[in-house]
Amino acid sequence: MKNSLMICTAALALSAGMAAAEEVRVYNWSDYIDEALLEKFEAETGIELIYDVFDSNEVLETKMLAGGSGYDVVVPTGTFLQRQIQACAFQPLDKSKLPNIGNMWDVISDRTAKYDPDNAHAINYMWGTTGLGVNLGKVREILGEDAPVDSWDLVFKAENMEKLADCGVHFLDAPAEMIPAALNYIGEDPDSHDPEVIAKAEAVFAPVRDYIQKFHSSEYVNGLANGDICVAVGWSGDVLQSRDRAAEADNGVEIGYYAPSEGAQMWFDMMAIPVDAPNPEGALTFLNFIMDAENMAAASNYVYYANGNKASQEFLEEDVITDPAIYPTPEAMDNTYTTTPYPAKVQRVVTRLWTKIKSGT
Amino acid sequence: MRRLTLIAVPYLWLLALFLVPFLIVFKISLSDTAIAIPPYTPTLDLAGGWAAVRAFLSQLDMENYIWLTEDALYWKAYLSSVKIAFIATVLTLLAGYPMAYAMARAAPEWRPTLLMLVILPFWTSFLIRVYAWMGILSNEGLLNAFLLWTGLISEPLVILNTNTAVYIGIVYTYLPFMILPIYSALEKMDDSLLEAAEDLGCSRLTAFWLVTVPLSKQGIIAGCFLVFIPVVGEFVIPSLLGGSGTLMIGKVLFEEFFNNRDWPVASAVAVILLLILIVPIILFQRNEQKQREAEGLDVFPLSMWSR
Repeated sequence: MKNSLMICTAALALSAGMAAAEEVRVYNWSDYIDEALLEKFEAETGIELIYDVFDSNEVLETKMLAGGSGYDVVVPTGTFLQRQIQACAFQPLDKSKLPNIGNMWDVISDRTAKYDPDNAHAINYMWGTTGLGVNLGKVREILGEDAPVDSWDLVFKAENMEKLADCGVHFLDAPAEMIPAALNYIGEDPDSHDPEVIAKAEAVFAPVRDYIQKFHSSEYVNGLANGDICVAVGWSGDVLQSRDRAAEADNGVEIGYYAPSEGAQMWFDMMAIPVDAPNPEGALTFLNFIMDAENMAAASNYVYYANGNKASQEFLEEDVITDPAIYPTPEAMDNTYTTTPYPAKVQRVVTRLWTKIKSGT
Repeated sequence: MRRLTLIAVPYLWLLALFLVPFLIVFKISLSDTAIAIPPYTPTLDLAGGWAAVRAFLSQLDMENYIWLTEDALYWKAYLSSVKIAFIATVLTLLAGYPMAYAMARAAPEWRPTLLMLVILPFWTSFLIRVYAWMGILSNEGLLNAFLLWTGLISEPLVILNTNTAVYIGIVYTYLPFMILPIYSALEKMDDSLLEAAEDLGCSRLTAFWLVTVPLSKQGIIAGCFLVFIPVVGEFVIPSLLGGSGTLMIGKVLFEEFFNNRDWPVASAVAVILLLILIVPIILFQRNEQKQREAEGLDVFPLSMWSR
């Protein structure tokens, strides 16, 4: 057995003979930025930006742990960040090159320090909650005016799901959020690492599983907006984006986002620099650009997610900063929970359980 | 000497692009997961000399294979993949044979155009074509809009995210792989055989059944294998068009690798999948061999169609 204290050996890429045109490669979540910002970055810095997207932390982690991803900036969620730091996947930030770091919001930095002590490896990009995206018209037509749209009952009670099935219900394909949600629903600790407690989640999904059309983490954004599906367990800003797309299309679809009254998971997406990033200097330039108050505000105004940047708040549009679905009230914040990463052995139990739930075997 | 070099090239190719990757996958399938880069242990450190290699070998075990046998999920996924591939192959044959037949019966000056039309979809990305099907089959999609408009249905049909959509996607995607070998078999057929059959009192239907079908047998077999083998491991179509009820081994493999980040189990799944596919692949090779012997040259080149 190796020394239990992991010591990360620097595996910094040698950038011998820098290419003529400087590039920064960013790997971020899908539907997660105002693309005008990308052009602005290129215009301001003269660095070419290559921007790719993903829709699952698991896929990102696979790439990080395989090594040699070729990306300079990636955006894992807090719990995943913590585990990847343990695996030595990220390099510490040189904060002397991040003058805009003073813009960050202590309310959020204090919470993210739980995953990354002293916020040494990452900055917060956006944060949000995991809750319910609802096609209000169709769901009220099916379940009646008093449909429990702000309760996990909507998707965890078989009697509701049976009626909603034909209209289409999507669940996130994200065990690290769906299993805590199920545990929270039955009154267990959502952050439990006890395999016996975690196993209880199966009984929550079993009666509704056959009514779930798909486990997917990004299709619901369009699905809700087009009226193809009625309910999605989804991420706050993504649901709000589909609300916006439906409004723009003027197709009569009205989408609402609800952080369930039983409690919703709060998560933080963090920008970090992989240990083998080809251009760590350019990555720092990008992080500093993102932490600029106006840039960060532009991103939030576009994607409807709250950010961890205090200075950006004065540039936020009124309907963003005052929307409790984006910036929850302090009471609503108290009704959220956060989770911590599972140890390797428990992780296998969780992923097995999730495969079992998804495949029904 | 020159002959030896000539033979060596394909074997080196096979060694470098098949055997070496396979051995790497097999090696990973014997290791354990870890939260590290790379995400499994042990890793081979050649600098440590023999002792390190021996220590490395001693840590490998069959644990992941035992795990596969203990969990019903994997067997169900393998069986379900084979079942879906079999049904899809039959459906593709039923759709492809008449098309190949019509092409072979068409006037010779039309055949290149028809052949072109079969190949034409390949000019567009496979992914985009599957996405187009999502647009057609969804609840608010083109098909449902059309059927609702005609009044044939009053509620939209749920097709997307079901196995029906998976079958539609597979038949659509793999149809050319079925049509082309059957067409190539039918095209070579000597028409005077049919005339002879009719002269000897066969009806057209019996002549078709007794002459045309047996003569196109090689094409049918080749087409079926070209569809069946890749469909068993198909990943894109079930993950885009299928739903929570679609269980296919390609999807399980992806999930083990990307979602569960369990490379060792994913590798074990891949090794078993290869073993399962070896049987039809050998049968396919035999068929090709037989055909080659029967006709000399001019066989349908397999290498062109392997993805």
